[in-house]
Amino acid sequence: MAYGDTAIEAVDVRKRYRGKVALDGFDLTVEAGTVCGLLGPNGAGKTTAVRILTTLLRPDGGRVRVAGRDVLADPRAVRYRIGLVGQDTSVDEVLSGRQNLVLFGKLCHLPTAAARRRADELLERFELTGAADRSVAGYSGGMRRRLDLATSLILSPPVLFLDEPTTGLDPRTRIDVWACVKSLVGDGTTVLLTTQYLEEADQLADRIAVIDAGRVVAEGTPDELKAKVGPDRVETVTRKPTLDEVFLHLTGHRPTTEPS
Amino acid sequence: MTTATALRDTATLTGRVLRHWRRRPVSIALGLMFPVLMVLMFGYLFGGAMAVPDGRYLDFLIPGMLAMTMLFGLEALVVSITADTAKGVTDRVRAMPVTTGAVLASRSAADLLNAVVGLGVMVATGLLVGWTAQRGVLPALAALGLLVWLRFAFTWIGTYLGLLLKTPESAVAVQVLVWPVGFLSSAFVSPATMPDWLGLVATWNPLSATATAIRELFGNPAWHDGGWAARHSVALALLWPAVLTAVFLPLAVRQYRALGR
Ligand SMILES: Nc1ncnc2c1ncn2[C@@H]1O[C@H](COP(=O)(O)OP(=O)(O)OP(=O)(O)O)[C@@H](O)[C@H]1O
Ligand SMILES: [Mg+2]
Repeated sequence: MAYGDTAIEAVDVRKRYRGKVALDGFDLTVEAGTVCGLLGPNGAGKTTAVRILTTLLRPDGGRVRVAGRDVLADPRAVRYRIGLVGQDTSVDEVLSGRQNLVLFGKLCHLPTAAARRRADELLERFELTGAADRSVAGYSGGMRRRLDLATSLILSPPVLFLDEPTTGLDPRTRIDVWACVKSLVGDGTTVLLTTQYLEEADQLADRIAVIDAGRVVAEGTPDELKAKVGPDRVETVTRKPTLDEVFLHLTGHRPTTEPS
Repeated sequence: MTTATALRDTATLTGRVLRHWRRRPVSIALGLMFPVLMVLMFGYLFGGAMAVPDGRYLDFLIPGMLAMTMLFGLEALVVSITADTAKGVTDRVRAMPVTTGAVLASRSAADLLNAVVGLGVMVATGLLVGWTAQRGVLPALAALGLLVWLRFAFTWIGTYLGLLLKTPESAVAVQVLVWPVGFLSSAFVSPATMPDWLGLVATWNPLSATATAIRELFGNPAWHDGGWAARHSVALALLWPAVLTAVFLPLAVRQYRALGR
């Protein structure tokens, strides 16, 4: 995908769950090779938007294109071109990390030998080699998250979706995830990440879309948004990252590697 | 999407379930031992009180337990499918280029393999306690075929229920329901010994059709009232699973697609 192409395009997307409105005219455009932060409080519709963009959920109305394909007309083509890290980890807990990567590699239709090679590469890259043959049930939260990320990157997808990738992680593991996202962007991957923290969006995103009650209420670069959004809103979303900074200051900035 | 890809996906996903067994040998062993314990319990504990008109109670019980074993597998299948949904594995697979057919067929295939192992253990148990197939190899193979055919139908009920129930907690309901369905049949006693209305339900239970049919094929004591259902048990044992599959396979497909709504 060339720079300047549109990687993600959602127009007037609507979704109700049994009468309850989750998305109410959701519009979003993300240019290829950029990071978009979808920022919003609990229940704003972030997960619903991600699930629709990743073919998991059918919208009631609207148009959705991802990686140059129509999500509703050709979900299969989209599935070859996206990676998804859901809000909750979604790896097979009974299997080992390596078995997970080989399994999902085969389901992405890599030949078995290639799936094995790719698994080795990803285990190495996400510092899971030592734990590769242990059952995921014994992994820490941070290790699971890394395996989840690795699984989503098997096909090196041009578009990656991360739904609250750092919620529930300690601040140091959060820094690890941030570093990973930054390196992916360096390789040209388009990233849509949802978050409840302005700090996180500020760190990673080229542009931020603020979502509330199922629609995008503000959109722009972090600087534009800080100028545009009312001070009371900024106040409420920035309080949490400030605490993180204190924690980081106390624990040191160095990313940790967990025992394996 | 080629058929070869769909078949490979089915094999990959079936292999995943088999790997689960290797990592959980104790729960698999317990699952296989359970019907064996039931044979010992019913055969030796209650067996003395059971008078089968034309033979030993154990020879009546073993085919009944073989049919019961087909039903017991249902619960493990439902729990396994709900666990995948709860842990996000179902969604991870749905976000990959894998067809509905491959996902559902792999569930059925893995469960049938499980059933074949379970049958092997039960037949061995039967032979150890002195049960035999009296009418030769071919009718015996036909009987085993009928059992697998019944289980095939049950895999679709299990897949449908697993996708419908969504959480492992609600899957416990299946565990509870399996018992009345199992006992309201000719697996342990003749429906003729039950109160009229219960006997009627038990006579027409799909499990009874298979149990009665395989008793006939194995040449084991049948202990039935000679009614229409008993006289046509082999036909019913072929028909019932076909009807159940025709109903529950499309329901399972529909329920899987409904995950996107
Ligand atoms: N399966 C569902 N059934 C019914 N309502 C739902 C369902 N999923 C989400 N909702 C509702 O839709 C709205 C949007 O939910 P969604 O999960 O998309 O929000 P979110 O921004 O991801 O929230 P969070 O930050 O808590 O993850 C909420 O009001 C939620 O209660
Ligand atoms: Mg969410």
